[in-house]
Amino acid sequence: MAVTQAAGTRSVRGTGGAARSASPGRGSRPRRRRSGQWAAWAFLAPVVIYMVAFYAYPLYRNLELSLKDYTVRAFVEGNAPFVWFDNYVKVFQNPTFGPALLHTALFTVISIVFQFGLGMALAVFFFQNFRLSATLRALFLVPWLLPLIVSASTWSWMLNSESGVVNSVLEAFGVGQVNWLTSPQWALTSVIIANIWIGIPFNLVILYSGLQNISGDIYEAAALDGANGWQKFWRVTFPLLRPVSAITILLGLVYTLKVFDIIWIMTRGGPANSSTTFATWSYQLGFGSVLPDFSPAAAVGNLLIILALIFGLIYIRTQRKQDLT
Amino acid sequence: MNGKRPWWKTAIGIVLTAAMLFPVYWMINVSLTPATQMRKSPPAWFPVNATFEGYQAVLSQQLPFLATSLVVGLGTVVLTVALAAPAAYSLAKLRPRGRGALNFILLIAQMIPGIIMAMGFYAIYLNLGILNTIPGLILADSTIAVPFGVLIFTAFMSGIPNELMQAAKIDGAGSWRTFRSVVMPVSRNSIVTVSLFAFLWAWSDFIFASTLDSGGSSKPITLGIYAYIGNNNQEWNSIMATAVVASIPAAVLLVLAQRYVAAGVTAGAVKD
Repeated sequence: MAVTQAAGTRSVRGTGGAARSASPGRGSRPRRRRSGQWAAWAFLAPVVIYMVAFYAYPLYRNLELSLKDYTVRAFVEGNAPFVWFDNYVKVFQNPTFGPALLHTALFTVISIVFQFGLGMALAVFFFQNFRLSATLRALFLVPWLLPLIVSASTWSWMLNSESGVVNSVLEAFGVGQVNWLTSPQWALTSVIIANIWIGIPFNLVILYSGLQNISGDIYEAAALDGANGWQKFWRVTFPLLRPVSAITILLGLVYTLKVFDIIWIMTRGGPANSSTTFATWSYQLGFGSVLPDFSPAAAVGNLLIILALIFGLIYIRTQRKQDLT
Repeated sequence: MNGKRPWWKTAIGIVLTAAMLFPVYWMINVSLTPATQMRKSPPAWFPVNATFEGYQAVLSQQLPFLATSLVVGLGTVVLTVALAAPAAYSLAKLRPRGRGALNFILLIAQMIPGIIMAMGFYAIYLNLGILNTIPGLILADSTIAVPFGVLIFTAFMSGIPNELMQAAKIDGAGSWRTFRSVVMPVSRNSIVTVSLFAFLWAWSDFIFASTLDSGGSSKPITLGIYAYIGNNNQEWNSIMATAVVASIPAAVLLVLAQRYVAAGVTAGAVKD
């Protein structure tokens, strides 16, 4: 209610709304703009408070964890000594650091390329509105709905060395047993395959909704101008879909960088750290062992934030450029 | 589009969908396979000797976990929509000063990996004594969905024609009235979309559950499955049966909501 008043319009039920709205002249504009700001921020206030309490504060606690030497005991007693960047130095010197960085990069880039490419192809394919297209598209979303633990455990069993269906099929084609999850050279590939499968529906949904938001009138105009299907895609669909594509890829990066569940459930980052990413490494340090190492875990986590920030800034720059052109 | 609607496209679509859904089929197939045939090579492609022993195990052991997940999922949906929708309306239509900075923060917030939030929450919850509680888990789970919700709502609401807002203004509606009576009804489909994702993320959450809610009595279903994998590694029919059951509410939800998503919110508003 306070918001309504702050917005500067007196009463919703007032008669002759049209006549009244015509009355504010040029002189009242600065005042109206200021009260408009009040309304705008009143709508934003809950989220701002929420962000401070449930994002900023946990992040602050996480930073504190990484700059102090926390043990389980210090956690309870609250007297962990301040050690500056010792935890970060330890993390950099850790032999797991290099592999974790490489795996994080490979996992992210390969997943995104395939998810987006396949998602876009499928979105355009399903947008053609053939018989059953809506039903099939709905079915396509099922992998996305599955809790990650469900997908990860299903893929684990499918990729099982002795009893998995994947090896059984490969055997029929004369390929010998591949130790998908238990050999260091295949573990990362396995989790990437599972992650691509999980990510395709997400890309399909977002890109498809982007296609829907392109007005049918534009296609009609293009058809009147004699454009064929191929031209319609490259001259109409693709340019108009660019903002949605940028958002899709950004969100894909975000979600892929922090993927933890699939890897942890399928391989626990192993064998011998061969599928360890920053996310699983951090969890391994903090929660994955009998003696938790919260401080280095928080340090690894903060490095992951920095990685994410780099992508965020690239995205925002791309978006600014798009807005200018 | 051109009215011909060729069947071969449908055929390709069916093949693609079948390939995509093979793991789901396989999950169901394994859930019905008797434990004695689990290690058979090659595995049975169809559940010829179907057994429901896996599902009996679910009924006897996993129901409380499923109930917890439902409560957590619904709580997260309410919290997410209540926070995200007004904020998005403001960002999309009221042009607050500093919205660029807020958009930036929301984007960045989305990028913060769950493991980091989990560690921060763990430290806080430990001090507050709300580890292993359902409200604690709802709060933590909502952080996955709120920034995404604001961005999705903003994208949808930016597409609402300004003529519609101006019409409401001419009729004398203030910001709150416009939001409640014009923006929210028109955004119905985006509300469904955001709710859907918020529910699914909360329902599927593993990282917050395993860090913040692993010790108490009210564990969600993801931990139920995880404990299964750890404990009886050989009974894959029980594990897969639990997985199938854990997938059902999510699948039902999407099938129902698919209609809303497909309706196309802004097109309808313009035509009216």
